[in-house]
Amino acid sequence: MTGLLVLFLYTTAFFGTFLITSHLLRSYFQSDGFTKLKTVTFGDESAVSANRVASIVSILTVFWLWVAFTNSAIPLPKLPGPFQGEVTFIYTATLEDGSSDDATVSINVYREDIQQTVDFDGNPGRAPEAVEVEMGDGFAKNDSTTVARYGFKVINVWANDTVAKADGSAVTAINGQPIKPGQRIKIPEGEIGLTDKGTPTFSPATGLRMARLYLPAPEVVWQRFVDLMQDGYQGFTLWEHTYYSLYRVIAGFLMGALVGIPIGYAMGLTNWSRGWFDPIVEFMRPVPPLALIPLIIIWFGIDETGKIALLFLAALWIMIIAARSGVSGVAISKVHAAYSLGASKWQILSRVIVPNSLPEIFTGARVAMGVCWGTVVAAELVAAEVGLGKMIVVASKFQLTDIVVVGIILIGIIGFLIDVGMRALEKWLVPWKGRI
Amino acid sequence: MVGLLIDDVSMRFDLPNGGYVQALKNVTLDIKSGELMSVLGPSGCGKTTLLNIVAGFLAPTKGQINLNDSPVTGPSPERGMVFQQGALFEWMSVRDNVSFGPDMKGISRKESAERVEHLLDIVGLQDFKEKAVYELSGGMQQRVALARCLANEPDVILMDEPLGALDALTREKMQSLVLDLWKDTGKTIILITHSVEEALLLGERLLVMAPRPGRVHKEYRLPFADLGVGNDLREVKKHDDYASTREEILEMIWNMEEEIMGRAEEST
Repeated sequence: MTGLLVLFLYTTAFFGTFLITSHLLRSYFQSDGFTKLKTVTFGDESAVSANRVASIVSILTVFWLWVAFTNSAIPLPKLPGPFQGEVTFIYTATLEDGSSDDATVSINVYREDIQQTVDFDGNPGRAPEAVEVEMGDGFAKNDSTTVARYGFKVINVWANDTVAKADGSAVTAINGQPIKPGQRIKIPEGEIGLTDKGTPTFSPATGLRMARLYLPAPEVVWQRFVDLMQDGYQGFTLWEHTYYSLYRVIAGFLMGALVGIPIGYAMGLTNWSRGWFDPIVEFMRPVPPLALIPLIIIWFGIDETGKIALLFLAALWIMIIAARSGVSGVAISKVHAAYSLGASKWQILSRVIVPNSLPEIFTGARVAMGVCWGTVVAAELVAAEVGLGKMIVVASKFQLTDIVVVGIILIGIIGFLIDVGMRALEKWLVPWKGRI
Repeated sequence: MVGLLIDDVSMRFDLPNGGYVQALKNVTLDIKSGELMSVLGPSGCGKTTLLNIVAGFLAPTKGQINLNDSPVTGPSPERGMVFQQGALFEWMSVRDNVSFGPDMKGISRKESAERVEHLLDIVGLQDFKEKAVYELSGGMQQRVALARCLANEPDVILMDEPLGALDALTREKMQSLVLDLWKDTGKTIILITHSVEEALLLGERLLVMAPRPGRVHKEYRLPFADLGVGNDLREVKKHDDYASTREEILEMIWNMEEEIMGRAEEST
């Protein structure tokens, strides 16, 4: 249900913002330069470039959806929220002799994350106590209780009554509406029901927003990020968590590249090497690195060696295949030309094959870095002392969803930065890629 | 004996189905030092195979190649090659491409730099020496390929359709350049081409090859290359014999192609 709503809102935002922005920013939406003169653009891939307005609106939309589905303090349109505050209902208790009496139940619905909030003095919030109410007359007395938002409360209304449940007092109506055990009645503030044994229950209306446990609001996540920057988590600063994850990735990747690239070249250059390594590479390539984690833990334990070994294996096969296809991508005419110009085998390798395979190797390196980054987080989820994945998994065990979200955002940003860095390096080292 | 001797060369490719292709059969040619020979023929007549054998990239199944009385056993800097697509090293600048051969030989930086300067002057790329080769046009790239080959000072230059990928105007300019280089350097040049006009203009000696099996069909001695040196090639084309020779060769190749088509139809 919520999922469909998200889909609907997202789709509406996609088309709606296009209509609005294309109308408002008409000049930006017109293609410029040579593309302006093209009459055929649909189907011409070279005429398509990313509309940066769309990128910005897309990010804003995700942010807005995030706000809209949480109890955020950010003043943006939000979905109906959960009920919070005072609610009362009247129950009718009937005795076996047919006599009945009405009494009022007052319920204070308080925010479920009250303990995670702080007041102006920095003291953490506490769940409120039930307020005192007048008992009223008759055998059924007025009650008062509290319940957290998104919560559920079984209310023992007989606790202060003069006739107990065991003595034949039963709830037969809520707010004047007859009710039997197992039935429920909706009120705007929530839902009142009777358990199978006839005890009243109350669950406040939840609205469509998510509780903090499921999805913390953006400002909550930001605040958590600021706190983590100051205090760290689990005895390590946020930098240390990030540093260790990155260190493992870079160490594992470099070792994989250092071993994989020469093997790939050997496979591309000699029959024996190709025959020797082919079965191993073809066998290991489809095995996801994650499937190796148990074995790695058994062999190396949970310290750095194990994780670097895992990332080494994750990068190795990718780099072997990249180097091998880099060699096979060398045009034979270039090799012939170099031999005709007097190059030796060693010079062919260093002056022709290695530079010619750099584009392929860079493509492989980008893939390998991506795989390593994904694998390190997963490996840390399983077993680690420190690292972003470790931080996430520990936080999830303590139901600190905000830390989980901070971790996910950091992992995403770092993964993105790694790719940007690799692309910049590629542009610098292999400027001829895609231009011949 | 000084020169290139192609001595009774045959080349047979075995096919996986047990059959074979006779790419060349008993080809014998004696190419004198400083000769410019163009080779024409329909596709499949073995001209590229012949060039690859002379370059030393393939070993013939029969016969042998001798250059200045020593047998050819593999590629060597004494036989330079210019490829259709240049086969330039795009990770190097124009200058480094041209000085590749001297660098491989271990010639001193100073000497190779002088040679590169000189050759870039000849091919008219002095202003482009620091450029990356992928920034150059197709014609310029072929000039670099020519300069790279010449920088190695080979005895024989083998050209495998070097101008095939160029537009008509660039091609004409390059043809003049090849002729001038030939006259200036006195190198032996074997030039493979698909263009009858090019073969006529650039071939002091013109070889027409026939397919199945690949063999020498007819040989011409032509005056046009000498006339073209330093002159407008369009003027050369007005020569009395030019049009008639061109028609004769075109007719010859046309008939060979027809024959191939006919045989193909028979066999189906």
